[in-house]
Amino acid sequence: MAEAVVAEYDPIDPIEKRPVLIENAPGFKGITEAVAAPVEWKPPLGWYLFLGGSLFFLAVFGVSIAWLFWEGTGIWGNNIPIAWAWPIVNFVFWVGIGHAGTLISAVLFLVRMRWRTSINRAAEAMTIFAVMCALIFPGIHVGRPWLPYWMLPLPNQMEMWPQFRSPLMWDVFAVSIYGTVSLLFWYLGLIPDLATIRDRAKSGVRKLIYGIFALGWRGSFRQWLHYEKAYLLLAGLATPLVLSVHSVVSFDFATSQLPGWHTTIFPPYFVAGAIFSGLAMVLTLMIICRVIFKMEHIVNMLHFDRMAKLILTTGTIVGFAYSVELFIAWYSGSTYEWFAFKNRLSGPLAWSYWIMVSCNVIAPQFFWFKKLRTHIPTLFVISIVVNIGMWFERFVIVVTSLHRDFLPSSWDYYRPTFWDVSTFLGSFGLFFTMFTLFVRFLPMVAISEVKGVLPEAHVHHRSESEGS
Amino acid sequence: MSDNATATTYGLLAEFPGPEALLKACEKIRDEGFESWDTHVPFPLHGLEKAMGLKRSWVSFFCLVMGLSGAALGMLFQWWVSAEAYPLIISGKPAGIMSWPAFIPVTFECGVLGGASGALLGFLILARLPQHHHPLFNNELIHKATDDGFLVSIEAVDEKFDLDGTSSFLKEIGATRVEEVRA
Repeated sequence: MAEAVVAEYDPIDPIEKRPVLIENAPGFKGITEAVAAPVEWKPPLGWYLFLGGSLFFLAVFGVSIAWLFWEGTGIWGNNIPIAWAWPIVNFVFWVGIGHAGTLISAVLFLVRMRWRTSINRAAEAMTIFAVMCALIFPGIHVGRPWLPYWMLPLPNQMEMWPQFRSPLMWDVFAVSIYGTVSLLFWYLGLIPDLATIRDRAKSGVRKLIYGIFALGWRGSFRQWLHYEKAYLLLAGLATPLVLSVHSVVSFDFATSQLPGWHTTIFPPYFVAGAIFSGLAMVLTLMIICRVIFKMEHIVNMLHFDRMAKLILTTGTIVGFAYSVELFIAWYSGSTYEWFAFKNRLSGPLAWSYWIMVSCNVIAPQFFWFKKLRTHIPTLFVISIVVNIGMWFERFVIVVTSLHRDFLPSSWDYYRPTFWDVSTFLGSFGLFFTMFTLFVRFLPMVAISEVKGVLPEAHVHHRSESEGS
Repeated sequence: MSDNATATTYGLLAEFPGPEALLKACEKIRDEGFESWDTHVPFPLHGLEKAMGLKRSWVSFFCLVMGLSGAALGMLFQWWVSAEAYPLIISGKPAGIMSWPAFIPVTFECGVLGGASGALLGFLILARLPQHHHPLFNNELIHKATDDGFLVSIEAVDEKFDLDGTSSFLKEIGATRVEEVRA
């Protein structure tokens, strides 16, 4: 393969006259080999170290939750007036992370952004694992672990039904259906690739397991026809779904009467922020994975450049939302509203507001420069900075609005406890454990989709007459 | 089926050198009048539906029906819960269906859930999956379809099928490798 690479590699796509999406002209076979390798070979040492670290934090998560169930929510810093502290901050943070996966897999599919094929599988996996982490937080936040079933549409022991006019109930539906639909979409995309792994399998066990999940796929075009239609429909459904999910999450706040929460800008502002943070997470993950699993030619600078542009766009939308929010607080003439925002900017928790602004508004502005958009260390640092900033955004919204409400005698300062921190860090353990297992056992790049964007896939490709 | 194709023959599997060769071959197979045949490709090759003379997929129908049912069930369920099972007056609004605007988010989500399940289910039903076994897997060549092979399979049940004749026809239209598949 190596000789052919040097001889034939042309960085410009001969049909589209644009830079090729996959570098080094690997060919169909080369894509299969490169993506199947991490699933088939003994993983590198880095993978084991990463899994070990993730499992440690997963254990921290388990211990934190066990102690919470034993002792009660008093182990956290939540108290009146700040009853919705870190658990809800973490919930919104994790749901938001998931949104970029759907943006990349569904929205970019509908607008025919073909570069998405290199990263969509990993981004969708990220979505599912992030939603898993997110769903745990409201579940454990209720404080009585034997009662989360009250959130389900079932009558409780007093024959009472849930209240469907409450955004909290909408949220249960939105997030759980979002998780389910993301899983269906992800699995549909996996079927042809699982068949690839099955067809390459040497051992009977592998053949059996991947064979079961590949459902007997044989690449028949009569099957592909239905597959493509189903994929398009799922993308079309996932797009309004993802917009609705974070809108509904924002309703949890926006429909309340609290200054700082009671804002009509929340739905679009939350959606933009969610996609912003999720893109940063995809960037962090892909920068690591492409090096460990030798996929630099599949996930290359072109992809990073475009993701950085999306981060810049969404980051600027978020910055604009911050300023509109501030302007409206002043323009509304509402004393309480304006106080809540002055308190954010200069009150006792102002440090969190300024961390948020510098991470979310200022940091992405570096991406105006192409040099920085294609510079790996810069990308890596900014992607992490953005995620820190987006966590602080939720902290600012939840905590600074609650800590000084209408009645000054109940004002208080918020301090997290050890268990707040350990639960949050522990949720990263769950996320990274799932992701580490994913890259080992499932093809982390959509093999069939990447083959479809190779120059050879065009029907009028030149090299075919020479034999492929 | 002609005489020299025995009952143990499922059909023929032919490999073509690449997407363009496959597309041209498919137009010829279609024009020749074959009915029970298929192509096997590692990615959805565009233009193949025309070259094979296939009609559009009915998956959308499943998606629409299940999506609308999901939404309707979601709305009905909320109305029943809020007006019949446990009537609640929230912000002075009537308990029954008259407060439907508050039920829209959940109705929408249920519609999406129904539509997404319908799309997946429609795909599985129309593509006849999951399938425990298929005769094509009796030949190793089919495994190339998920890697870099561009394959055509013609079934022996086709009226125009003839083991030697079809085999030489496939070679004529550009197949680099033609193999018999046992049933």
